[in-house]
Amino acid sequence: MDGAHDMGGAKGFGPVVSEPNEPVFHGDWERRAFALTVAMSRPGGWNIDMSRFARENRPPADYLGKSYFQIWLAGLETLMVERGLVSPEEIEAGKVLSPPKPNVNTLSPQDVVPIIRRGASTEREPRTPAMFAVGETVRMKKIHPPTHTRLPQYVRGHLGTIELNHGAHVFADLNSLGVGENPQWLYTVRFDGPELWGADGDPTLSVSVDAWESYLERV
Amino acid sequence: MSDHDHDHHHHDHDHSELSETELRVRALETILTEKGYVEPAALDALIDLYEKKIGPRNGVRVVAKAWSDPSYHARLMKDATAAIAELDYSGRQGEHMVVVENTPEQHNMVVCTLCSCYPHPVLGLPPVWYKSAPYRSRAVSDPRGVLNDFGVALPEATKIRVWDSTAEIRYLVLPMRPKGTEGWSAEQLAELVTRDSLIGTGLPKQPGETA
Repeated sequence: MDGAHDMGGAKGFGPVVSEPNEPVFHGDWERRAFALTVAMSRPGGWNIDMSRFARENRPPADYLGKSYFQIWLAGLETLMVERGLVSPEEIEAGKVLSPPKPNVNTLSPQDVVPIIRRGASTEREPRTPAMFAVGETVRMKKIHPPTHTRLPQYVRGHLGTIELNHGAHVFADLNSLGVGENPQWLYTVRFDGPELWGADGDPTLSVSVDAWESYLERV
Repeated sequence: MSDHDHDHHHHDHDHSELSETELRVRALETILTEKGYVEPAALDALIDLYEKKIGPRNGVRVVAKAWSDPSYHARLMKDATAAIAELDYSGRQGEHMVVVENTPEQHNMVVCTLCSCYPHPVLGLPPVWYKSAPYRSRAVSDPRGVLNDFGVALPEATKIRVWDSTAEIRYLVLPMRPKGTEGWSAEQLAELVTRDSLIGTGLPKQPGETA
């Protein structure tokens, strides 16, 4: 979706302000919101692409007005309500008002370290030969899906060069819809600054995105 | 408004909403615990892992080893995921690693314009600025301006390569080894590596800049 989260090239946000000796979390609620989000993916059964969509799919003023972990909290509430794990009334009341959803798996304390250290590879066996070769020029499609996509607006329609082939990976756009992993070849595509930003673009700049095959068209 | 004032304004804004958010998170944890969906001890374990065990010191060690061990450097550039696994820094949000090396001709910088993708096993959780709108919007269009915000000025002729992490590939910058460090051990070299130099918004310290 073309939402407020798709920020590449936007203007007016001001300088980057870094915080000296920044802590990992600012306040205990950030710790708990982070951990709840990670832990609830097991009983919730959602995947990472569904959770990204739940965070980004909100009105721009809401997205931009919330801090990072406030967006995580809102996304978690959305995911849980969608699956009937909690009701909006329970969240507003701050207490249990209905019985739990039966037969859910939970994350046990001893599973935490092995699960985080194992991670979850998104690479899959390719089903088809790669359509594009490293070094080839491609054009990014002009698409505007109302659902989750990982093709940023600032590269759509632009010409780039295939620089890396990462193998076949779970396709985020479809995986976010719960219709299966549908793996596709994933490429790093590089763009020259002036191709993206016009004649005033920094000629020493090049930018790359990681793009699934269905984002690309031959030129 | 100066940068300083801007910063203060932002903190005040966060502060006024903190109590409401804090109450909401606390109540939510109670609900989810009472419903049997989460075990608080699992939450504690997650927080401990990300706050104490996983952090930029891991990435610092990768770089110091690459600077001091040519065969490791070669393995890291050929297959970063496997070379980083040699040091046991693998896992969630680092399943598919690529290391991009700075040279006198090209400087690399990493961003996630769409959210906050970041190589957790080697750098930990991202700082607020990495997830912020100013960084995500400008890193891909005005990286020299962003570097200026960090007090970094590169030669005009240096090419700047920005890697937007739009899928599950995670990028780590390998900065240039500072001059004047011939014969230094990996432990000594590690003292020069900063977190920001592994994202590309900073440069390593020079010999003499460390305590």
